[in-house]
Amino acid sequence: MAKDEFNQYRLVGTRPDRPDGLDKVTGRARYGADISAPGMLWGAVVRSPHAHARIVKIDTSKAEALTGVKAVVTRADFPTGLTGDEWDLQENTMAGEKALYDGHAVAAVAATSKLRAEEAARLIEVEYEVLPHVVHVDEAIKPDAVVIREGAALPSVPEGMPPNVVRYFENGRGDLEAGFAAADLVMEKTYKTEATHQGYIEPHACLGQLGADGKGEMWVCTQGHWYIRKMCADVLGLEKSQLRVTPSEIGGGFGGKTTIFMEPLSLALSRKAGGRPVKIVMSRSEVLRATGPTASASMDVKIGMTKDGMLTAGHVEFRMQGGAFWGAPVDMALDCAFAPYKMPAVMHIGYDVLANRPKAAAYRAPGSPMAAFAVESLIDEMCRELGLDPLEMRLKNAVREGDKSSYGPKFKKIGLVETLEAAKAHPNLSAPLGPKQGRGVAAGFWFNHGGETSVTVALSEDGTVTVSAGTPDIGGSRASIALMTAETFGIPYENVRVNIVETGALGVNEPTHGSRATFATGKAAVEASNAAIKEMCRRAAVEWGIDPEAVEWVDGAVRPAGPNAGKFPPMSIAEIAGNMGDTGGPISGHHEGNLSGYGASFGCHVVDVEVDPETGRTTVLRYLVVQDAGRAIHPAYVEGQYQGGAAQGIGWALNEGYVYGDDGRLQNSVFLDYRVPVASDLPMIDTVIVEVPNPGHPFGVRGVGETGIAPPLPAIANAIHSATGTRLRDLPMNPPSVLAAMKAQRNG
Amino acid sequence: MSKIHVSTTVNGDSVEFLADPRETLLDCLRDHLGLTGTKEGCGTGDCGACSVTLDGTLVCSCLVLGIEAEGREIGTVEGMAEGHELHPLQRKFIEHAALQCGFCTPGFLVAAKALLDKNPDPTETEVRYWLAGNLCRCTGYDKIVRAVMDAAAEMRQEAV
Repeated sequence: MAKDEFNQYRLVGTRPDRPDGLDKVTGRARYGADISAPGMLWGAVVRSPHAHARIVKIDTSKAEALTGVKAVVTRADFPTGLTGDEWDLQENTMAGEKALYDGHAVAAVAATSKLRAEEAARLIEVEYEVLPHVVHVDEAIKPDAVVIREGAALPSVPEGMPPNVVRYFENGRGDLEAGFAAADLVMEKTYKTEATHQGYIEPHACLGQLGADGKGEMWVCTQGHWYIRKMCADVLGLEKSQLRVTPSEIGGGFGGKTTIFMEPLSLALSRKAGGRPVKIVMSRSEVLRATGPTASASMDVKIGMTKDGMLTAGHVEFRMQGGAFWGAPVDMALDCAFAPYKMPAVMHIGYDVLANRPKAAAYRAPGSPMAAFAVESLIDEMCRELGLDPLEMRLKNAVREGDKSSYGPKFKKIGLVETLEAAKAHPNLSAPLGPKQGRGVAAGFWFNHGGETSVTVALSEDGTVTVSAGTPDIGGSRASIALMTAETFGIPYENVRVNIVETGALGVNEPTHGSRATFATGKAAVEASNAAIKEMCRRAAVEWGIDPEAVEWVDGAVRPAGPNAGKFPPMSIAEIAGNMGDTGGPISGHHEGNLSGYGASFGCHVVDVEVDPETGRTTVLRYLVVQDAGRAIHPAYVEGQYQGGAAQGIGWALNEGYVYGDDGRLQNSVFLDYRVPVASDLPMIDTVIVEVPNPGHPFGVRGVGETGIAPPLPAIANAIHSATGTRLRDLPMNPPSVLAAMKAQRNG
Repeated sequence: MSKIHVSTTVNGDSVEFLADPRETLLDCLRDHLGLTGTKEGCGTGDCGACSVTLDGTLVCSCLVLGIEAEGREIGTVEGMAEGHELHPLQRKFIEHAALQCGFCTPGFLVAAKALLDKNPDPTETEVRYWLAGNLCRCTGYDKIVRAVMDAAAEMRQEAV
C-alpha cells in the first residue's frame, strides 16, 4: 500500500459504532451467567475459612441426603499423579491435604436450585487442623517462616534460600560499581505495594456438562477458551478435543480471566450427576477471596544519577508473593523496571515467594505497575534533590530505536521520545496550581505480545465477509478487527461480521492477553483476507484467461493490472462471491501462527492532585495519559483503554488493597470495603494518542491495553509529594496513611 | 420453603412467577422471567449492575425480595427502547464508546434514565454523584459521563 504515511486509510482510524453495541445497550448480550440449559443443576462451592489448615475429614453425608442434591465432589473425585503446573492448577481448583488460603475450595455440590445447592454446601462438614500462616511477603521470605509447601521451589532457586522462595532471578549488565561511582547522587529506598484485584464487574460464571463418555461442553466467561479447555482437561484427565468450550460475552477480565477456578468443578459435578449441565456463578466475595488478585511487593531500588540528570546505574531487588503457588510476576517486574531508560549498568534481583493467599493471576501489565511505583518514585525523588525537571530528565535518558533495553534485546522502532514530547506540549502542563496542589509525572512500559493465533475469513454468497476469531472481545476488538478486514478488502465496515468462535472452529488461540487481540488477531485477519483476495484474483484470471499476476485487487474488486493485461470490466467482491459455487466453490482465507512483530508501548502520565491537610484525602484534579499506540485502529476504544488503565492505576495508588486480619482471613471481600474508584472520585481523563507505527503490523498496531496502568502509581505519589512535601513509599496512599505521613513529616 | 405466587408488571407487561421467599427480585427477573439484561456484580448493593426501577424509584434489585414486587411496576433495561427506537441514552452510549465490556451498561442506563427523569439538565458533578453507585471497571467513567450529558442535551432539545 504505497500511500501517504498519514490519513492514508479509508476506515482505519475512524470511529464507527461497535458491532456488539446494540446487544449491549439493550440487555440482549449474553454473559457467563445468562445462559441456562434443559435439566440444568446449580453448583455451589465449600471454601476454607482458614488461611492454612490441614483437612482432617470431609463428611458429605448430610448434604448428599438432602432432597434435590445430585452430586458432591471433593479432591477424591479428581485424578491423581499430576505434577508441575498441572498439579498447581488442580490443587488451586480443589484443596487436597491442606487448605492453603482463606477461600480455598474444599468441596462442591450440585442441586436442583441455587438455594438448594447453597443449603447443601452448608451441610458439608469439614474438620480442619488449623496451622500457622503467613500472608505478607517480607515475613514469608524469612528463613524461619511457616513453610507453605515443602519442595515447591523451582530449579532457579539456589541452595540455602529461605523455604518459601520458589523462583529466583538475577540478571544485569554493565559495571555497576563504576556506574554508581560516576554518579553525583546515589539514592536507595524501599517501596511496597499491596495486592489488588482486577475487579471486573462480572463474577466468574460457567455452565459445564460432561458425560460418562468423556465428551463435554462448556459456556464460560473467559479471556481465552482454549486455555480453559486445556486446563480443565489437564485437571480432570480428559482428552482436550472432546471438550468444546464456547466463550460468552465477557464482563471484564484484565488478566484475571485467563485461567481456571471453578470451571473444572462444574464438569466434575456434571459427570457425577449423570451428565446434567451444572451452572456455577461466583459471588463477589468468592471472586475477591478465591480468584487471582495480583501480587504484593516489597522492593529495594538504588539509582545513580549525575547532576545534569543522566542515569549511571540502577539496582533493584524485588520480593513478591503471589499466593500459595509460584507465579508472582517478579520476572516481568524486573524487566519493566528500567525499560524506559538507557542504562549503562543495571542489576535485577527477584524473589517469587509463597504465602497463604489466593494464587495470583495476571492483572493488566503484570509486574509493571509495581516496578514503575518503585523506580519512577525514586527517580522523582532524585530529580527533586537535584532540581531537575522530571520530563526533561526522562527525555534525556529515554530509549530510542536501536538502544539495548535494560532487560536485554535491542528496541526496534519505539515512540517514547515522541510520547514525552507530546506530554510536554500538552496544556495541562501549564495549568496553574493552587495551594495544597501538586503535579506528578511518570513513565510506563509494556512489552505487548503476539502469540498463538488462528483466524479464518470466509466470503458469503453476497460478498459480505465473516471473520472467525478466537480472542474474546473485551473492549471493542471486534470493531477494530472488522475495520482492518474491511480496509483490506476495500468493502464497507458494515459488510464484515466478526464472530468469536468456539474451540472446535479454529486451531489453538491464546487468550486476549498481553494487549494482543487487535495486534495478533488483526494481523492474522489481514493475512487471511489477503489469501482470500489472492484466490479471487486467481478465479478472475481463469475467467478472463489471463495470468493471475496480471490481476489486481482495488477497492473491493478485481481488475486487469494494466493495459497489457487485457480489457475486462472490474468484477466486484459481490459478483465473484455470487458465482463462487460455479468457479470452484467456497472462498475463504486462513492464517495461523505464533505471531511475532509486536512492538513495545511507552506511556507518560501527568496528574494534578489536591491533598486535604485535615483528612489526608487526595483529590485528582486533572489527569493526562499520553501513549504510543503505533496505530489507533478505532481511536475511541484506544482512548477507552488509556482512561480505563489510568482509573485502575488511580484506584491502586489511592485506595485499593487486600486487607488481612491477624487470622489470615481477607477482611475486605465485598465492594463496599474493597472500594474501586467511582464516578465521583475521578475527573475527565485527558488522552493523547501518539502514533509511531509498529513495522511488525500491517497497519502499525502495537497494542494499547496494559501500559496505562503502570504510571498512575508513581505519578500520584510524585504529585502528593509536590502538594505536601511528603513522600509516600507504601500503597495504598489512602487518607489515613497520607495523614500519618504528613504528621510524621511535621513532627520529624 | 414453599413458593409464593407473585403478580407484577415488568416493562408494562403483566407477569406472574413463583418465588421462594428468600429469592431477590434480581434472581426472579433473571431466573424466573428470563430477563437477564439486569446483571449481578456483587449481590450487596455496592455495584449498581442490577439497577431497576420499582414504581419509578431507582433500586438495586439484589436488595429487594422477589415477593416485594407484588402489585408493583418494575422497569428494566429491556424496557428502555421502544421497538427499534433506542432511548437517547442507549444511542449515546454506543456513539460515545461509553462501554467496553458492557456488563455494567444496563445498570448505568437504568440509573442514568432515572436521573434524567428527575433532572433533565444535570451538571457533570451531578451526573458523577448520581452514578457513584454504579461501578464501571473498564472506562474510567469519562465517556459514560459524556454520553449521559450529551443524551440529556439532546432530550432537552427535543422537548423544546
